[in-house]
Amino acid sequence: MVAVVPSTGGQAPPAVTVKRPSRTGYILLFPGMAWLGVFFAIPFVTLFLTSLQQPIPGKSGKYKFGLEFGNYVTAFTEYWPVFLRSFVYAGIATILALCIAYPLAYFIAFRAGKWRSLMLVLVIAPSFASFLLRTYAWKTILSDEGIVTSTLNTLHLLPDGRILNTGIAVVAGLTYNFLPFMILPLYAALEKIDPRLIEAASDLYASPQTAFRKVTWPLSMPGVVAGTLLTFIPAAGDYINAELLGSTGNRMIGNAIQTNFIEFRDYPTASALSFMLMAAILVLVFTYIRRAGTEDLL
Amino acid sequence: MRWLRKNLVGIWAVLVLIYLFIPIAVIMLLSFNNPKGKYNLSWNEFSLDAWTNICGVPGVCSSFVTSIEIGIVSTLIATLLGTMIAFALVRYRFRGRSTTNLLIFLPMATPEVVMGASLLALFLNLRFPLGQGTVIIAHIMFIISFVVVTVKARLQGMDPRLEEAARDLYADPRAVFRYVTFPLVLPGIMGAALLGFSLSFDDFIISFFNAGTLVTFPIYIWGAAQRGIPVQVNALATLVFLIALVIVLTGQFVSHRRRRALEKPAPITVDLMSRS
Repeated sequence: MVAVVPSTGGQAPPAVTVKRPSRTGYILLFPGMAWLGVFFAIPFVTLFLTSLQQPIPGKSGKYKFGLEFGNYVTAFTEYWPVFLRSFVYAGIATILALCIAYPLAYFIAFRAGKWRSLMLVLVIAPSFASFLLRTYAWKTILSDEGIVTSTLNTLHLLPDGRILNTGIAVVAGLTYNFLPFMILPLYAALEKIDPRLIEAASDLYASPQTAFRKVTWPLSMPGVVAGTLLTFIPAAGDYINAELLGSTGNRMIGNAIQTNFIEFRDYPTASALSFMLMAAILVLVFTYIRRAGTEDLL
Repeated sequence: MRWLRKNLVGIWAVLVLIYLFIPIAVIMLLSFNNPKGKYNLSWNEFSLDAWTNICGVPGVCSSFVTSIEIGIVSTLIATLLGTMIAFALVRYRFRGRSTTNLLIFLPMATPEVVMGASLLALFLNLRFPLGQGTVIIAHIMFIISFVVVTVKARLQGMDPRLEEAARDLYADPRAVFRYVTFPLVLPGIMGAALLGFSLSFDDFIISFFNAGTLVTFPIYIWGAAQRGIPVQVNALATLVFLIALVIVLTGQFVSHRRRRALEKPAPITVDLMSRS
């Protein structure tokens, strides 16, 4: 798919990299990869082992080695509605973010001209203010006395008569917080498209809609896939938005992992939940990439 | 009507940018507030108290300093390790490339809560004491991948002819690296370090799992959210936002100027041309 795009002029020619087989390569790789191995890969093994531990009778909060696969059954039967809710919230937030971000990314890539780099700075700038505080600010914006809620209420659009402490607020927070992760990959993909291809489509009597559907959209697919993944994955695991903007009925799987791990000190259940979340996400990611036909993204 | 249809995308773009800044405006506005109750959620009256007495509430400034310390240490180490990996990936041949790529990609595709939980499981099993050390270890771990991706992109976008030219002019490999390669990659490394610092400084989930009793700035805000966030926090966040914005805009300006200077034919070239 990428090969269709002719290289634009004026860029450096493809790097004729001097690949030297030598020890230096391994020496450069070793420290960083060792760090990732010890503090990223091995923890998954300990997480898995912890998820199979069994409680020591009589001592609460103490666990011993075991092969208690039943932990997964109990965790799943107790928390499957929470899992479902997390994926639904993250899914809605991802679709909303795609709809909000696509026209903006399109504008920055094709129409912004000399404003392009300034607009990109404006896209990342909000991330410089604390994530927690930005989420907390939505409490003010969506409060029951605020204009957003009162406007929607006069239009009778809110089933509960309020936004704060409902699922709507959680989804709104997730959409807002992960929007830059959608905009940037979309922009990167759109920017690579040669505008002459779109011109060629209109020269061949394609209407703007057809040109978009048959040329721009398919060519931006790598950005759509990358952006939806970069939004969906952190959104599905997030618990800050659910905690600050939702009520107890809107808890997500991240909340369950956090409370079980840190408050209840029920390490096996928390580990089993983390492991299931990771597995579910990996399965989703790989089937999605397969279906979208963008395997080379990895 | 036709004007509207033609500029619909542009109007949408501007509206989205405004939307992105609404919470920032709220944070800034409330930093000048004198809240009625303990919750600084709605406007009451103008006050400069938070700004004139920015460390007035115990814990705010100490947690802020803790976060800066952790950010600096983890950024320095992660930038070094990540840059080394990026060089190895672009410039050297080695076995196990696909495993290496996977191990770099996965931390970016793992939800923070899973990374935080799994690292805590490791530390608990090793009976490793939680605190500043474990938070720094965790931050380095999740920043490395972002550094690798950023520096790698810069290295791949570099014109290989520049290094060839240096070699043609009898520069030894060390001189090529010092005078050509490194200065050209440096903006990428700086960008990666800035990104790394902002990720570390703002991280809550992974830090919270591995902090023990340590309080970073985000952990302070999280704790304060239950009993009311002091106005000082808004003032500090506004300050951080403005400083970061100035740094990034300056960087943009400098690179823009440099690009313009490179595009202009240097006078010396003209001189040589006329002589030949």
